[in-house]
Amino acid sequence: MSAAESPKIDDAQAGGDRAAMARALYRFRQSALSIVGAAIVLMLLALVVVAPWIAPHPEHAAGGFAMGARFAPPSAQAWFGTNELGQDVLSLVLIGGRVSLLSGVAVVLAATLVGTLVGATAGYAGGLIDDALMRFTDLWLTLPGLILAMALAAALGPGVANMIFAIAVAWWPGYARLVRGETLARREDAYVQAARALGAGPLRIVGRHILPNIVSPIIVKMSLDVGFAILTVASLGFVGIGVKPPTPEWGSLLSNARGYLPDFWWTAIFPGLAIFLAVFGFNLLGDGLRDVLDPRARR
Amino acid sequence: MLRYAIRRILLLAPVLVGLSIIVFAIARLLPGDPVQLAAGPQATKEEIASLSRELGLDRPLLTQYWSYVTGLVAGDWGQSILTRRPVWEDLRIYLPATLELVVVAMGIAIAVGMPAGLVSAAYANRWPDYLSRVLALGAISAPRFFLGLVMQLVFAMWLAWLPLGGRFPIVDIPPPAVTGFLTLDALIARDGGAFWLALKHLAMPALALSLSPLATITRMMRASTLEAMTQDYVLTARALGLSRRLILFKYVAKNAASATLTVIGLYFGWLLAGTVLVETVFDWPGVGLYATKAIATQDFMPLMGVTLICGALFTLVNLVVDLAYGLINPKARYA
Amino acid sequence: MALVEIENLHLAIRAFEGEAQVLAGVDLAIERGEIWGLVGETGCGKSLTGLSISRLVSSPPARYPKGAIRFDGRDILAADEAEMRKLRGRRIGMIFQDPTTNLNPAFRVGEQMIDVALHAARVDASVLGLDAKASARARRAAARALAVRLLERVGVARAAERVDDYPHQFSGGMRQRVLIAMALIGKPDLLIADEPTTALDVSVQAQILKLLHELAREQGLAILLITHNLGVVAQIASHVAVMYAGRVVERGAARAVLKAPAHPYTQALIASLPRAGAARGSLVGIPGVVPNLFSPPAGCRFAPRCPLAVARCGEAPPLEAAGAAREVACWRAERAA
Repeated sequence: MSAAESPKIDDAQAGGDRAAMARALYRFRQSALSIVGAAIVLMLLALVVVAPWIAPHPEHAAGGFAMGARFAPPSAQAWFGTNELGQDVLSLVLIGGRVSLLSGVAVVLAATLVGTLVGATAGYAGGLIDDALMRFTDLWLTLPGLILAMALAAALGPGVANMIFAIAVAWWPGYARLVRGETLARREDAYVQAARALGAGPLRIVGRHILPNIVSPIIVKMSLDVGFAILTVASLGFVGIGVKPPTPEWGSLLSNARGYLPDFWWTAIFPGLAIFLAVFGFNLLGDGLRDVLDPRARR
Repeated sequence: MLRYAIRRILLLAPVLVGLSIIVFAIARLLPGDPVQLAAGPQATKEEIASLSRELGLDRPLLTQYWSYVTGLVAGDWGQSILTRRPVWEDLRIYLPATLELVVVAMGIAIAVGMPAGLVSAAYANRWPDYLSRVLALGAISAPRFFLGLVMQLVFAMWLAWLPLGGRFPIVDIPPPAVTGFLTLDALIARDGGAFWLALKHLAMPALALSLSPLATITRMMRASTLEAMTQDYVLTARALGLSRRLILFKYVAKNAASATLTVIGLYFGWLLAGTVLVETVFDWPGVGLYATKAIATQDFMPLMGVTLICGALFTLVNLVVDLAYGLINPKARYA
Repeated sequence: MALVEIENLHLAIRAFEGEAQVLAGVDLAIERGEIWGLVGETGCGKSLTGLSISRLVSSPPARYPKGAIRFDGRDILAADEAEMRKLRGRRIGMIFQDPTTNLNPAFRVGEQMIDVALHAARVDASVLGLDAKASARARRAAARALAVRLLERVGVARAAERVDDYPHQFSGGMRQRVLIAMALIGKPDLLIADEPTTALDVSVQAQILKLLHELAREQGLAILLITHNLGVVAQIASHVAVMYAGRVVERGAARAVLKAPAHPYTQALIASLPRAGAARGSLVGIPGVVPNLFSPPAGCRFAPRCPLAVARCGEAPPLEAAGAAREVACWRAERAA
């Protein structure tokens, strides 16, 4: 809204109502987009859950192949075509989505856990502990995250758990800073003071009184991050680190298909579109959630 | 301003020391035995032990760190097992390539993103705004490596307008290195042909790399423009007759830009690491590709070098941005 | 013909709940050289009246269903943006409440003043004393010189240097002086000052009011001083108009209205002022609440709170002369007076 559209109405009532209306309208528009996001996310999640049953060739995701049907272009039989081993790309993408989506969510959960621990400790303890933890967090933030995650994942060896751990290690500082800031802001609130006066210990105060009150911004950040976590998982797969073959994963499917461009483009395009769609869906959802849940970032 | 700048520059030292400690610690904590790897799979126990002594890996950690840091300062960043060259020399070759890529990508992102955000805000909640917002979110969501692949498919393979990858044709002789930026070096050498070649190689990777920061800058600029447009000084400017255009493109733009600038600094750091994927797709000989290859072969010294240099550059760029912020926003200078 | 004539102005603003009738009968006539105090509670529509004169209330969502605004004979409600811009900054200057936020923090004050001067000179070349063919550089130099002169006039010391300072290098009172200088740079006929002293310290308030008073006297400038503070009005206004819920309920010579208010609302407003020497606890509030502007009461809008209300107050009273120097919109005004 420009200043011209929002004159300083000294009529508080009309001004307040107008602002409320603008907010409601705005949120509706936003939520229209976030509903699309939620729909994409739910659809993908549902597809991925039932993938083993609806995939035309679930056995291909376990290493099965059909050399007779190599490089079939997209058709009514194989919607996404087949790859160099005659494997059905649709089946690979569907089942590969399980690893990609699950890892994305797991990375964010792990990062949130670590970040919250560090951030809440720093924010509540204050003083030297706060200084030390936050200097460390800031330093960690200056490290190139992707390279760190790649190096760690490579050193740990292939495997979904290793990959999740490696990415989460590079990811937690953002949460630490967020939680620390919020904890600091809540620490002096009346209800926290009251709990302290009643003799509650720090664990109880943080766990029962502070954390429940700072959940919104954390959820907002998590929802915005899931998309990027999926992207990072796919990135690792793309450079050949992460999941053990033959387990399909979107990034590694894409990387594998590079060698067969331009003639067999479908082997690359569909896994790539899957990554894009998942990230786009989570981003839409996260954007919408932020507008509803985080009043400060509302715009 | 000067005192502020000096203070900020002095504060760089502890950050760099901290960075070196973290990188050193991570390298030591990583599983996998660098000595075993360096010695090769056929090495005997004695060979490993002697190599370990040779590399100083049998000494106490503190001593090792000290010799690592003094080495860094003296320009000894270790040896790459893969390239069999000192890491510092490798970095001197690869870093300019990455920087050229990042600077051009960032340039595109700023040159397009700032006006796009401004226009988006000016047309808030009308179709140009919706279009730019959906495009921006799409650009943020698109994986860089996938974008790169699609670009290769369309512009290199199908249309054959641009080279598939690399930085310069192998068969051609690049212009003499002055800045390390091929485009600039070609201009310095007054070699139009080489400049054109370098530019054609740069186009796709820079574009692929620029989309995500472009989208973020557009979104930031839109939000901060909308924020600035509700400010009282806009009403005063309107009340005194200034045109909407002057208000938007001069008065609001500067305020909105200073808010957006801080994000640009952050993004620059991310891009340094983010080039890894683009460099891999386009075979761009920069630190990202260097790091990927080092990771694949568990080549530790180059990895530590790349991590360190990225961290240091990130810190440096943020410093520059902070100082630039002070120039744009006079109030911050005295804070 | 008065400089500003506002007749029966109505303004409705569309909102989520419906259309708020924020102005419903504003009548004002301001002559050159007069200082009008426009007073009323928060939400009575006084600021919107000021903004309406410059057409700064954007429509939609606002519309003017009835009434007229004339500035120097020109029909303001029929004017388009281009015509309005010729008035803004040149013939109508405006200053607002908070001097901290009304100057752009990222630009030197001189730069902001120069742009206003250049704009005013584009409308009327005589502002800079140059003819229309003068070079851009010459115009800029003249604009800067004018900015310095005005900063000096409003009492900014070392104006020639301070013109290159940023807003945050000025104190609050000085910033308001800068804003006044900026509003005066186009040699306006009318200055609309919306709560110009509310955000300032009391001692600074008096200085700013004195400055406005001087400017009105020496330049024949008309001032519309919008304020909720009757004390401010008493200090410098020659005339006063009292607004309640979107209507002017009483207007006239400041002394007459303040000394012997005719409208029950004006009386209540004056009675509610804390007075030095009054016994503690004698603060009188006005009972009742401001009406809902989405469904305002028919007739007199003050009637629901009025101690003197009678059945006839269900009809809107016209603004009619009550004595020599005032008009009042109240059926019971004679008795109230």
